[in-house]
Amino acid sequence: MDFIKNFPFFSIMLSMFCAIVLSVLNRKAAKYMTRIVLGAVVCLSVAVLFFTIKRGESYVYFMGHFPAPWGNEIRFGCLESLFSLFVSLIAFLSVVAGTKAVEDDVEDRKENLFYILVCLMTSSLLAMSYTNDLFTGYVFIEINTIAGCGLIMVRQIGKTTVTAIRYMVISILGSGLFLMGVTLLYTLTGHLLMSNIKESVAVLAKSGEYRVQFTIVIGLMLVGLAIKSGLFPFHLWIPDAYGQSNVVSSSLLSSTVSKGYIFLLIKIFVRTIGFDVIKSCGVLYICFTLGVVAMILGSVMALHEKSFRRMIAYSSIAQIGYIYMGIGLGTAAGVAAAIFHIFAHGATKSLLFISSSEFTEGSHTKTIDELKGLGYKYKFSAFCYSVGAFSIVGFPLLAGFVSKLLLGGAAIGHGAMQWIALLALAVSTILNAIYFLRTVIYLFIPDKAGEEKKQDMVPAYSMNCEDYVFGILILVMINLVLGLASGPIINIINNGLDIFS
Amino acid sequence: MWNLIVRHLNDLVAVALFVIGFADLLFQKNMIKKVIGLNVMDSSIYLLLASQGYITGRKAPIITDGVTSAEYYINPIPSGLVLTGIVVSVSVTALLLSMTIRMYKKYHSLDLDYCLMMARGEG
Repeated sequence: MDFIKNFPFFSIMLSMFCAIVLSVLNRKAAKYMTRIVLGAVVCLSVAVLFFTIKRGESYVYFMGHFPAPWGNEIRFGCLESLFSLFVSLIAFLSVVAGTKAVEDDVEDRKENLFYILVCLMTSSLLAMSYTNDLFTGYVFIEINTIAGCGLIMVRQIGKTTVTAIRYMVISILGSGLFLMGVTLLYTLTGHLLMSNIKESVAVLAKSGEYRVQFTIVIGLMLVGLAIKSGLFPFHLWIPDAYGQSNVVSSSLLSSTVSKGYIFLLIKIFVRTIGFDVIKSCGVLYICFTLGVVAMILGSVMALHEKSFRRMIAYSSIAQIGYIYMGIGLGTAAGVAAAIFHIFAHGATKSLLFISSSEFTEGSHTKTIDELKGLGYKYKFSAFCYSVGAFSIVGFPLLAGFVSKLLLGGAAIGHGAMQWIALLALAVSTILNAIYFLRTVIYLFIPDKAGEEKKQDMVPAYSMNCEDYVFGILILVMINLVLGLASGPIINIINNGLDIFS
Repeated sequence: MWNLIVRHLNDLVAVALFVIGFADLLFQKNMIKKVIGLNVMDSSIYLLLASQGYITGRKAPIITDGVTSAEYYINPIPSGLVLTGIVVSVSVTALLLSMTIRMYKKYHSLDLDYCLMMARGEG
């Protein structure tokens, strides 16, 4: 049984070596190798998840030859393995379901380069979730940024280059701030390992020393990671990046890459510095305020957007706001709700992006108005898109409902914050419903004028691409599972948070 | 006061450089200047790290003349971090410059705002 303790390390290394090997493979081999490796990583994560749930504790895995205060470590409890399972599963399903979109968008000879980026992204996200060392976290943040930038660029139309440059520049600002935070924290505590930092911070917090310095460190890390995950005032790169790139890239960027940074932030807050210290320095109010503003403004911007893909991208800004609001509540329930929302939004957003590919690629639809009547032509995609839209609006039985319920429940009992949070949830849900249900209704409006236009549309993917059907159906099922069987998952999250601190 | 400034000169310079680099990266329109800003910002962090790890009067952490006592050497971890950080910033710089070349070939300008405007115009 103890052999399973090696699996987190194996899964990081497997996807990283796969990225190296892919560079010499041809198109077809690269495609299958990526699927096999991502599938294997999913299996390894499942094994680690069951192992940690069964044992009910977390484990530390030595890297290199040096023991705790000097060496590098991997640490895994049930929360880390659940997040890794989520990341690898979404990456696997996006790659499988988006095979056709990748073939359309990427040049023939360069398809293996796309799969390299996917593997690199997966391995850096896994490392960010498993690592116990802040500087390792920083290095993998940068690898993730580079992979994300490549993912935006794979679609070779001129404007993606400019979009990718802007994404890169903004991300580098964020990682610069984060690195400064890590450096200052190292000079304050003398440690880089999260558990050691926590011990020294507890001692320093008791004596009341370096209060201002700690606030600065926490602020730098929060702002750095908020910039990278696209929280409200730093969201400017999101619509272009998600709206122009290949659908698989958009789905990976919005549902896993930005979530990886948030997960690292939660790890820093809860595990590295300690939630009590964070609460006492008032940074959480910033989280809460920005989250609430993002929830409303993101939805308002999505409402005004005419382009279909950009509308889905704007809705990501609002959903990131939900997560930060959950963290900003400052309770264990709030953080648990935020983590559940990470999973719910990831599953839903990848479903929405990939099922929208059939409308945007198949019929060259760009604006929301052009969606009219497409639901009759592309029945399968329209059905799956509707499931995603209902889930994100928060219909019962689906993932979005549970996460909204949890966020609302976590907000109750917080005085003034309670009303602000509940009001923001209500307003944002209504706006969500308006703009997402509008697209669903448009899909099923019979459109007489567009009949002749439909003749030259590409036939539905779902007719001739089993991969697409398989991937999308599993994503729909994940949404249903998160909605119907949320109890065990919430239990895992709560247990994981307990052993976190 | 003067003593304090002299004692923390490295840290003060590092923070000043960080602010300069950060502002450069954020506000400059020219891509090459942005990349320079990125490098100034990263170097300032390495300066801070290296000066924090330095202990006056001690030597670089490489065993010389068979002396193995830690008393004779500076803290090796910040130096290791600086090396790792340099590798990261080199790769990021290379990627950013290569993308700048692509952008220049397409729009014949290094001005990011202008290129963004042109890209929007493409629809």
